[in-house]
Amino acid sequence: MFDGRVLLKQVILLFWPLISTWVQGAEKIDSCQLQVLEMLSSLGSAGGKSAKPSFVSYVTPEEIKSEKEPSRKEKHPDLLPGEVVFCSASTVLKYTQDDLSQRGVFGVLLCTNFRVSFVSDEEPTEEMLFKNKLYGENDIPLSCVDNIYGDKRKLITGGLVKNKYPSKMIIHCKDLRVFQFSLSFSKEEDAKKIFQGIVHHCLEPKSLRCLFAFSYCENTSYPGSYTVENTSYPGSYSYCREHLVSRLPQYFIVPKNVSDEDLTKYQGKGLPVCVGFYLSLAHNHLYSVKTEDLSDTLPTVQDILLSYNKFKQFFLIDNTTEFWMSDMKWFSSLDNCGWLDIIRQCLQKAVEVVESLEKENTNVLIMEEGGSDLCCVVSSLVQLMLDPYYRTLLGFQSLVQKEWVAGGHAFLDRSNHLHLKDKVESPVFLLFLECVWQLQQQHGPAFQFSETYLTVLSDSVHVPVFTTFLFNNDGHRDSLLRAESPHTQRSPLNCPTVWDWSVQFDCKAQDLFTNPLYTEKPKQDTSVRKSYRPRHLRQLSLPSSAFKTPPKKGFFKDEADNLKKILGVKRLSRWMLSPSSDSPQTSSSVREFYEAWQTKPLDYHGLLLPCLDGPSIRVWMQRYLRWIHDVQILGGGPVAMLSKVSEILGEVQELQRQLDRHGCTLTSNHKGARPRAKTAAAVIAARSSVRLSSSFPFVTSRNWAFKPAIPTSLLQSLMVTGMPGNLADREDDGGPESLV
Amino acid sequence: LHYAPIATISYWLPSKTNASRESLKMEPLADCSLLPGEERIIDKDIIYICPFSGALKGKVFITNYRLYFKSADADPAVTLDVPLGAIGRVEKMGGASSRGENSYGLDITCKDMRNLRFALKQEGHSRRDIFDILFKYAFPLSHGLLLFAYLSQEKFEENGWSVYKPMEEFRRQGLPNDKWRVTFINANYELCDTYPTILVVPFKATEEDLRKVCTFRSRGRIPVLSWIHRENQAVICRCSQPLVGMSGKRNKDDERYLDLIREANGTAKLTIYDARPSVNAVANKATGGGYEGDDAYQNAELVFLDIHNIHVMRESLKKLKDIVYPNVEESHWLSSLESTHWLEHIKLVISGAIQVADKISGGNSVVVHCSDGWDRTAQLTSLAMLMLDSHYRTLRGFQVLLEKEWIGFGHKFANRIGHGDKNHADQDRSPIFVQFIDCVWQMTKQFPTAFEFNERLLVTILDHLFSCRFGTFLFNCERARDTNELRSKTVSLWSLVNSDLSFYQNPFYTPESNRVLYPVASMRHLELWVTYYIRWNPRIRQQQQSPVEQRYIELLALRDEYLKKLEELQLSDSSPNSSHLSNSSTPNAASPTQHITHLHTPF
Repeated sequence: MFDGRVLLKQVILLFWPLISTWVQGAEKIDSCQLQVLEMLSSLGSAGGKSAKPSFVSYVTPEEIKSEKEPSRKEKHPDLLPGEVVFCSASTVLKYTQDDLSQRGVFGVLLCTNFRVSFVSDEEPTEEMLFKNKLYGENDIPLSCVDNIYGDKRKLITGGLVKNKYPSKMIIHCKDLRVFQFSLSFSKEEDAKKIFQGIVHHCLEPKSLRCLFAFSYCENTSYPGSYTVENTSYPGSYSYCREHLVSRLPQYFIVPKNVSDEDLTKYQGKGLPVCVGFYLSLAHNHLYSVKTEDLSDTLPTVQDILLSYNKFKQFFLIDNTTEFWMSDMKWFSSLDNCGWLDIIRQCLQKAVEVVESLEKENTNVLIMEEGGSDLCCVVSSLVQLMLDPYYRTLLGFQSLVQKEWVAGGHAFLDRSNHLHLKDKVESPVFLLFLECVWQLQQQHGPAFQFSETYLTVLSDSVHVPVFTTFLFNNDGHRDSLLRAESPHTQRSPLNCPTVWDWSVQFDCKAQDLFTNPLYTEKPKQDTSVRKSYRPRHLRQLSLPSSAFKTPPKKGFFKDEADNLKKILGVKRLSRWMLSPSSDSPQTSSSVREFYEAWQTKPLDYHGLLLPCLDGPSIRVWMQRYLRWIHDVQILGGGPVAMLSKVSEILGEVQELQRQLDRHGCTLTSNHKGARPRAKTAAAVIAARSSVRLSSSFPFVTSRNWAFKPAIPTSLLQSLMVTGMPGNLADREDDGGPESLV
Repeated sequence: LHYAPIATISYWLPSKTNASRESLKMEPLADCSLLPGEERIIDKDIIYICPFSGALKGKVFITNYRLYFKSADADPAVTLDVPLGAIGRVEKMGGASSRGENSYGLDITCKDMRNLRFALKQEGHSRRDIFDILFKYAFPLSHGLLLFAYLSQEKFEENGWSVYKPMEEFRRQGLPNDKWRVTFINANYELCDTYPTILVVPFKATEEDLRKVCTFRSRGRIPVLSWIHRENQAVICRCSQPLVGMSGKRNKDDERYLDLIREANGTAKLTIYDARPSVNAVANKATGGGYEGDDAYQNAELVFLDIHNIHVMRESLKKLKDIVYPNVEESHWLSSLESTHWLEHIKLVISGAIQVADKISGGNSVVVHCSDGWDRTAQLTSLAMLMLDSHYRTLRGFQVLLEKEWIGFGHKFANRIGHGDKNHADQDRSPIFVQFIDCVWQMTKQFPTAFEFNERLLVTILDHLFSCRFGTFLFNCERARDTNELRSKTVSLWSLVNSDLSFYQNPFYTPESNRVLYPVASMRHLELWVTYYIRWNPRIRQQQQSPVEQRYIELLALRDEYLKKLEELQLSDSSPNSSHLSNSSTPNAASPTQHITHLHTPF
């Protein structure tokens, strides 16, 4: 359990969303984020880093010092620091075709403490442009293994395998890759060992200490400045109070009865602090508070998991014939799994909250049992819609840090890296990224980051090297990292954060994270913006609680109800109705709100709302279809257009440099349109050698000779049946038959 | 807001939209937007029951070309601009004794995916005159009147009728050659009254052979060449079904003729693509038709492509309309979409065309037919040609493709669309051409840089498919067009398009000749063409300004401006005394595909 100190930290973090938004209102986000959590560090025994962490380092991280690679052994992948091979088997066949043909390549299959890796006997083919430095195209990080199937597509569950091994093993990955191996050519002993090893390390419960991150971190001299993660939280409460109250008195009313001492009194209770705080806050507030209980209206984490499990099956293709068979029923299957509907519901809820904040000038208190799943989704979406800052690379990163990491989303439990039976696994964070993707594909130019960035981020959750997504909350992280540190007396373990993209990708590949359509807001508008913004944001108070489980079931609800009574809180009746799970139709008020917004000219640096109509919510093609060969559009897809934009953007930037050299001052007007973001220049580089496809950058087509995929199962009887008057049998042009 | 689909497809470009909005606000209709030859017939106070903004009082104007409505007090004003040609059905709604507000009026069903309802005062048969006039002018052919295309006095810089010259097009393909010859046997439409006059046939086939084959093919539509692959000489031939009948008749001439086609490029097997589902092909034997049997055509393989007939397609689009107009189906949108089968049909057509194109790329000649060879066959051959030949992906090339494969080879536009005809329930009507354009759109969507034209062109084509403003899509075949002196009396749609080419240009177009384009015919990549089928819905329409295109054009302009500036600077650097700046070599912003200066960004 946590000690008091840790708990206190949690409590403070709980208020962070609240604070941060106000701080942004004053455009002070950077300075605030750079502040070391002074109070906490003084409380904590280990203390904060003395070096002032630089947030900027996230954006252009220096290349991580290349580690001395362990001497390369025969048939081994390049092992990472701290990586140990558990077992291996040679002459394993990896199928290269997902049809029933037995074509494939032979090689060695290994299982390490980081990954399952296949090393081909053949010479490696050309370098991939978008190469991940931690794992290659034939590597599967252990946490990325989703399911393993044996012969006859029998699902393998841990613990059951004894002295047996299948001749064929299919591995489905969480990043939707599918691997098929044949073990029947290997030595029996080897085959048994590798199979059991993989099953053991991928499926069976393990302790947190076994996650690769720990041995990786112990064996890397990771630059200390990257521990910003631990200290990048906003100023402490007292800090905010001192600084914010003076700056934004009208928006930040600090309850007189809450002092730092008061906060410490609540040690060990946790929850009352939170509720009490809101109570006091609301009392002093001029505006009403609307509560929004997400547990009532949105699907549960279990629903989300169920739906996603159905959904992902459409993309885990190990048999092309089946794939084409399922193609005709694609839309209804998609509909029935409900995943897009869950996305729509989350977006809709976020729009409802935005509406309350914007139109009705009310505060909204988002509640949820546990408070760290859908609360995180909705509150981050609301902030994305309201505040253009969060649509930048840096802003999005800080949004995830504050709403999810600091907000106490139980990443460890939800991704269930440890395969513990009592944990509720659920792709809640992925759901959030899905929602962001929807917003992004509807309003492309509003986002500084690209679709590829989101896809990579969703993959990174399953790479157990980064501590960002490895823990349930900050207390958890801190205590563990400190406990695991080899130098107990000194500092906690230094681990890379996922935001240090240089750990995974080189600079060229990172260029693909920026969206060439994005333009920064013209500078001259800043003054206008300043006076306008507070109106926009003043009401945004979105708590996301950092506690994991309420002390007793229903406690939070009781408290909230109590609170409502005291406050005389208005509740929208609709939200209180039991969820009509079947038809989550857009409420008319949301629709009107959207339509009113839509009639105004679209400002990519202002409020953004998603269209929630059926055709507007789509499947994230890049993420889900990238590995399926048959649906790759060779030489096409949106990337064909975007690469042209990048190309021209590169030219414009080069011209700008030349003009700058001439000392030519460009008019302010141009500065606005001036693209300062890095181009996806790698795209251009790629053009010469590799033909782009819709799966870019994840798959590059090496094969220029291209045979089109022809759907194998064409017309089935399904269409013909049920035609009125059996139209299908009739002649085209009113032959005698049609008169019958 | 409802915008005219025809006079101004202006909502695409913000600047143009504003202009037209303004002009409509300031001027009454008669003064600003009548086409030359257009005449006003009646004005009337009316209530438009808008499915999106409710009942709107206003005035309706009816001319011999269009129905135009403008709301009186809504702000911003709601306007409707509907060519009468787009009207499929006019009905009276309610009677003199109907109760309820706005229950007495007119119900208009349009061919372009919308319905219009107008309410009038119940007193004094107020709708009688407007109903009669609308009925008469919307269906002029049923009332002994001329289609508007024959009344139009429009003049354009370009003459669209000169876009397609069959001989020129064949010459472009390298024809005639030693294997294929041009024949004028059909100069007077004697061989086949629904074929064009100039045909390309195997060199070895005599005129006599052609006449004999003619007797064995439905409606005399013999196999003729549509397209030839420049390198491997594989050809796409099109025709109608053979008249096999119940008894399984054979025709030596037909068999030999198909073998001549195979021989021409020396492939071992000729592939015959029968567009129909095999059951339908079998069923056709009962009415004298059928398909090429294995025994009779030994050097040919027959493949059925399972594409359904015109009736199925008509019902499918009808269902689609039901779920998108006026409101987009909310619950279970995807299942509803699937139940229309519209995209499924699109998939089958595209995958059929992929198979044709793939065969040709592999060097095998193919023959494509369905029953009559003017619906599904036209879809397949023209899509396959679009995949194989980059010329057809240019603005003018696409016009040639339509003129050749659809108009020339007798797709029965008059019957399928029912221009000026009141019989809305005519079983001959079917959205086959709409479906084809949808397939093209799917391809442009999958290959956004491969086509010189943009979505606007496709929407414009579909608008004028119905509008009857141009002669392009009128009548069933060349013979009927000749009889009705279409080319001399009407204006071609391509006159409009080619007089304003830049409006229809895709800025991302990157010419790549000799590249075969294979779209992915999976439901995963097919999507509903929202900007066409749901364009009347104001919520959807807002989404369609392509920000990518906007950004690209912005950047192009910026680049050109910087280049100019840089040039000025360099000039002034090199000759500091001269203040004269030359603009002569400024790159042209209007041609985004030309990269005059290529600068490379260092990585």
